[in-house]
Amino acid sequence: MLDVTGLQKIYRGKERDVEAVRDLTFRLAEGELACLVGPSGCGKTTLLKCIAGLMEPTSGTVRLAGRDVTGPPPDMAVVFQEYGRSLFPWLTVRGNVELPLKEKKLPKERRAALVAESLEAVGLADAAGAYPWQLSGGMQQRVAIARAIAYEPRVLLMDEPFAAVDAQTRADLEDLIRTLWHRFSMTVLFVTHDIDEAVYLGQRVLVLSSSPTVIQDDVAVDLPDERDQLTTRADPRFTELRGRVYAEIQNAKRGTAAATTD
Amino acid sequence: MSVSDAPAPPRTARKARTGAGPLLRVLQVLLLPVLLILGWWAGSASSGSFYMPTPAVIAGTFGDVWFGERILTDALPSIGRLLSGFALGAAIGVGLGVVLGLSAPLRAFSEPVLEFFRAIPPPVLVPLLMLLIGVNTPMKLAVIVSGCVWPILLNTIEGVRAVDPVLTDTCRCYGIRGRRRLTTLVLRSASPQIMAGLRQGLSIAIILMVISEMFASNSGLGYAVVEFQRSFAIPEMWTGIVLLGLLGVVLSLLFGLVERRVLAWYHGLRAVTRDG
Repeated sequence: MLDVTGLQKIYRGKERDVEAVRDLTFRLAEGELACLVGPSGCGKTTLLKCIAGLMEPTSGTVRLAGRDVTGPPPDMAVVFQEYGRSLFPWLTVRGNVELPLKEKKLPKERRAALVAESLEAVGLADAAGAYPWQLSGGMQQRVAIARAIAYEPRVLLMDEPFAAVDAQTRADLEDLIRTLWHRFSMTVLFVTHDIDEAVYLGQRVLVLSSSPTVIQDDVAVDLPDERDQLTTRADPRFTELRGRVYAEIQNAKRGTAAATTD
Repeated sequence: MSVSDAPAPPRTARKARTGAGPLLRVLQVLLLPVLLILGWWAGSASSGSFYMPTPAVIAGTFGDVWFGERILTDALPSIGRLLSGFALGAAIGVGLGVVLGLSAPLRAFSEPVLEFFRAIPPPVLVPLLMLLIGVNTPMKLAVIVSGCVWPILLNTIEGVRAVDPVLTDTCRCYGIRGRRRLTTLVLRSASPQIMAGLRQGLSIAIILMVISEMFASNSGLGYAVVEFQRSFAIPEMWTGIVLLGLLGVVLSLLFGLVERRVLAWYHGLRAVTRDG
């Protein structure tokens, strides 16, 4: 479904070039839910922007359903970390969700049905007429998620979407993502810096190294499909997996430390 | 989760509702004007100066001067020129501002020239435009446009440049481009700055409307004030000044009404961020 091959991104500067991503290769199968986790400043956002077609990689390719990604592909939706800045404050919740559908030239009835279904799915059916800034942070991110779902993407990219919401809201939103992934059968790539979140959400966790980034480890999460904030997190296998991911990230950090001393 | 756990209405709105009672509010608005008129009355009545008629004389003359033929020959043509000049200036300012705001190379290319033209005080263009265009309505419109276009243009450029990069990325991801991008992203996002520019432009337009009519004209409010002064019709001259003041206030109120509608989202967002 999504093929990333030999992806490299170098930012050309006046003084020196910065190699943010060195050599990334991975593949997501159709309908997979994978989490990308890595130490802070490891180029997660750069990688996501390259996959979303918002940024051109220096070398390497991104292919979505067999086609090269050269600009934002029509069957991909992105949920950004800065929910407050990715919603249009001059449009209502309904207006925000409907806007991309208008650009898709869908007929009016179809748009209304998609908006209603996606707002219902994120639990905001009665907030359609409100403006985003009248809602709490967690609710605003739900609007951004509803907008992404209404777009009917085959691939959903999420860039640290819950980094700015409080812990309880975050747990609700994590469960929401699992539910939506089951209900709408999309391929989901979820970027996070939170190890617990990555293991709890994903079928698979891709661990990134420090910048310049490569794939440090690819961990299959063999937890039961039905996840629950209490029982899953208390599962010894969960603890084992998060321990492994944690150790890999520590290795990744040490890797850079060693590299900078020689 | 439901809408009910949305943040409470902004504090400023609550204060306005529970604050001063209606009677006190009326007093607040009217007290100073009444005092000023009384002071003027006392001053003009005691001095007996020919050039300083009392408010009663001016009020008495006002109806005779303006509620007749002059509304058609002077007031309406002036207002017509003012509004068309302002509309023209707004169209040019916003249109050019969007183009320059979106293109950094064009901006760098045109900036020195814009700075120069902006620095020319528009009234000095009146003699030149009289020679080039003639003593007519297009000349007056050109004077108004030449002054009011600058704040509109410069504010639009700034507003368009300041579009949030996350919103720009959002538009790219969802394939929002062309006309829809212009109207839903660029213009709406720049609208607070554009409105600020339009407000400044409107007051400049009023000034230039009067000036263009004082130089060379045979109709209009500016022309009427000068004519009255030359023929020593002093109370009539004063009524012209009062009428211009009232015109300014009415236009500013109308502008405020439009602005509140257009920028309702902006004021709501600001109130929430201030409180949060």
